[in-house]
Amino acid sequence: MTAPLLLAQAALSPDYLVTQIFNGLVNGGFYALLALGLSIIFGMLRIVNFAHGVMYMLGAFVAYYGALLLHLPFFAALLVAPVVVGAFGLLIETLLLRRLYGIDPLYNLLFTFALVLIIEDVMRLAAGALGSPYETPALLSGATNLGFTLYPTYRLFVIVVCLVVCAAVYYVVERSPLGARIRAATEKPELTRAFGINTSRLVSGVFTFGVALAAFAGVLAAPNTNVTPTMGDSIIINTFAIVVIGGLGSILGSVIAGFALGIIAALGAVFYPPVANTLIFFVMVLVIMFRPTGLFGSAERAA
Amino acid sequence: MTLALIQGRRGLLAGAVLLALGLALPFIPGVYVVFATDLVCFALVAVAFDMLLGFTGLLSFGHALFWGGGAYVAAILITRGVTSFPLAVLGGVLYSLVAATLVGAVAVHRSGIFFAMITLAIAEIQYFFAFQLVDLTGGENGLNLTTRGTLFGLSLENDYVYYYLALAVAALGTALAVRIVTSPFGAVLAAMRENEVRARSIGYDTNLFKLAAFVMSGTLAGLAGALYALGNRLAGLEGVDWHTSGAIVMMTILGGIGTIYGPIVGAAIFQSLEFFVSKTPIGDKTNIVMGLVFAIVILVARRGIVGEILTRAFAPRKRLVEDEDAPDRLIVETEPEPV
Repeated sequence: MTAPLLLAQAALSPDYLVTQIFNGLVNGGFYALLALGLSIIFGMLRIVNFAHGVMYMLGAFVAYYGALLLHLPFFAALLVAPVVVGAFGLLIETLLLRRLYGIDPLYNLLFTFALVLIIEDVMRLAAGALGSPYETPALLSGATNLGFTLYPTYRLFVIVVCLVVCAAVYYVVERSPLGARIRAATEKPELTRAFGINTSRLVSGVFTFGVALAAFAGVLAAPNTNVTPTMGDSIIINTFAIVVIGGLGSILGSVIAGFALGIIAALGAVFYPPVANTLIFFVMVLVIMFRPTGLFGSAERAA
Repeated sequence: MTLALIQGRRGLLAGAVLLALGLALPFIPGVYVVFATDLVCFALVAVAFDMLLGFTGLLSFGHALFWGGGAYVAAILITRGVTSFPLAVLGGVLYSLVAATLVGAVAVHRSGIFFAMITLAIAEIQYFFAFQLVDLTGGENGLNLTTRGTLFGLSLENDYVYYYLALAVAALGTALAVRIVTSPFGAVLAAMRENEVRARSIGYDTNLFKLAAFVMSGTLAGLAGALYALGNRLAGLEGVDWHTSGAIVMMTILGGIGTIYGPIVGAAIFQSLEFFVSKTPIGDKTNIVMGLVFAIVILVARRGIVGEILTRAFAPRKRLVEDEDAPDRLIVETEPEPV
């Protein structure tokens, strides 16, 4: 997902740079939502969910088919898609992934990789390989005057929603009683169970929620990009790099790295366009060399 | 992991059987020689991969970097007027050697799933370069070659000649892999995999050993990729795509990690399955079937086909005997393992 250049590339005016920063925030918002889900799932289950990009894609398709077949409005899709895809994730967790707990986590990664292959090709059979456009909701179409430039209203909406959701998740996990249980079950599952807390239900809940977040991001992305079966492919690898940078398992790190790398990639594209797709990976290489556990990762989580 | 299949007299026998199958492969009814060549190349990359995953415990999700990179460099050399096949392949191998050294130096800072994610992400860098450097790589069209080059004057355009050359190279590469994992160096890798802290505490620079294993594996993968590209007279983006990295992982696990010869079987099954599925109505949607097979293998037969067979064959035998203290009861006695 490269930031589309809204203006001619030639002018390096400050206004243009600020516009690019906004574009970076839009992409960064998607990265942050996905990295956040990936991180809380990893924190709780020690699983790196390769299928996270596929869940994002499925979210977009639920919105697309919802609109096509049931005239489901965009704002309803924002709620429906996470529920539908979250239920699908819950099914996968309880029926399949659960069998792989307690063995080398590499097998979880490989299993979810197999899910990517299956689900992507099933969607390709169902929907075709070519993309389908999804209309921007009327309320959010058009542009907003930011003073220095006109900026698409929908993209502003995406930035605000991503920031709000990330802040809410951070609050729930780090500050609420539910979050305290989740963190307890992450650190000391045995002890938490001894206190009468159903950790297995927490595990399912966290996985479902992480997957639902990805689907939510997918719905948000639908009006912004073409809905295709492979739309999760490139974004999941970028997200992997981002959670390595931010520190996998660190919520704050994932969100900050998500937005920061969105902006860095957008600005990089201005100054040296060929590097647009690879800048995130180069940043990741630098971070690993100087801080192997990631910017916000702690050593004990560096399993 | 077991050395049972590759060591000693049994190892020689297993190797000889595989080689005999390889020699006969193009003449088995229904096998195209071009398909056989692809199979041999994938078998070699799977062996290279097993050296790393099975014997060092590192899961690389970026081996397409070496496979596809070696392929590109060999193909580029041929399009730029190199007529010598060995020189073109050597170019691909050297590229993979350098790339593996650079990538390994970064990636060995982390292990486990992080190693997988990091190698996956770094391999994407090469993918985008291959995509963008159209003058060099042909971009989305890839590089179509008109020749495979010559081997000291010998033409390689005949598919059978090329197959036996590829088989010879793959056999030598596999023998090298066997030699490496059964050497004292291989023993250090195994020790590290079992208990890295202890290996470090007795004085081994574990990161250096990991890097060495990674470089050896990556270089062999580059050799396999160069053989594959020249065999098909084509190098393209598919080779450097992360799906190819995934396919290499799948072949290795399907056959059985840590068995060296297992991944050869895995590559053969994977390639055959893909070939037959592509002839069915679902056509190019082979990933559905490959993904299902792989998912099932992970759920019920993680040791892979050869690994499961070996485990059963070499499991300590159990038998029922009378309990000495209470003669009316039968207990399970385990025979000591034959040394």
